[in-house]
Amino acid sequence: MPNDMKANDRSTTDQTLDEILSLASVHFKVPREKLKPDEDFFKALGIDSLQTLDLLTRLENHFHVELPDYELQGVTDFRTLAGKIQARL
Amino acid sequence: MKGLTSEYEGKALSWQVREGVIEVALHRDPCNELGSLSLEELEKFADAFEILQQEAHALILHSDLKAGFCAGADLRELYQRSQAMDKDEALKGVRDFLERIHFVLNLIDAAPLTTIAAVHGVTFGGGFELALACDLIIADKMARFCFPELRLGLIPGFGGIPRLKRDLGNAVVRDLLLTGRSFNATKAQQIGLVSQVVGEGEALTAARATAAQVGKFDRATAIAAKKFIKPIPHEELRREIDIFCELFSQPAVEAGLKKFVESTEAQPYLP
Repeated sequence: MPNDMKANDRSTTDQTLDEILSLASVHFKVPREKLKPDEDFFKALGIDSLQTLDLLTRLENHFHVELPDYELQGVTDFRTLAGKIQARL
Repeated sequence: MKGLTSEYEGKALSWQVREGVIEVALHRDPCNELGSLSLEELEKFADAFEILQQEAHALILHSDLKAGFCAGADLRELYQRSQAMDKDEALKGVRDFLERIHFVLNLIDAAPLTTIAAVHGVTFGGGFELALACDLIIADKMARFCFPELRLGLIPGFGGIPRLKRDLGNAVVRDLLLTGRSFNATKAQQIGLVSQVVGEGEALTAARATAAQVGKFDRATAIAAKKFIKPIPHEELRREIDIFCELFSQPAVEAGLKKFVESTEAQPYLP
């Protein structure tokens, strides 16, 4: 059972990650295949501080979660971001 | 009423009267930062308001810029000016700026017509405070609100705390002020700050529809109702200016401003 739960957690986090990458790709017009889970999303998307807020709002609206900014301080890659979102779903 | 009063095209803002509604558009790059230029033009608006309001039943404040409604006070200007002056002179300048912007925001707050802030994107600090002076806030779903002032060693200085406390209560003020976190339009509607959340790019359209609706009521009745339910918290507004000026004298503020101005971080509004 614990193994199943871990597999489920992994599966849902992967799904969240996939949705983040798709959302970022569409909105910031970067080909989906160029975005890698462990990549620095600031560099990958070429976004500034205002666009970072835009991304944060889009993620909150998409996943219907609240993401306090301070929880995302220091988060730079898509995979960690997915974990933070997953924790609030 | 023709000529300069009914329409104005400035560098930071413009206004026009359209179907009984005064529409004020902010348009100073990068995100309508409120500095000396914006204040001068807001004061021009305040001067014209006595005449403008005679043929209007509503006022809409909105931004023409994609980045958002308003990113707040022009901190770069504040930092650069305070660097060029001695401390007493800088403090005097800050108090003068606050007194002047309070005058304009108090005028909007108590205006004898229905005032609507149509917001999108960044609505931070002084921009949030500008929206709070209005009777209604209509937000597009990409709007984001924040009181980031504590990171600078300051409190909001344009009337934000007294107005938010008046409208929503002390607990909301504490959460937003003490954490410095930003929150979206959905959350803003949940806590009662925003009256309508609309699709991306639709806030002005929704504000115009709302302004048309409020125009159907007898104006004298609407004015009496507003006066009854929306008292101006003058004493707390005065105290806010004093506290802001007391804090502005502290060394932490200069360090906070310097850090912000020089920051290349993705979330420069966080400490």
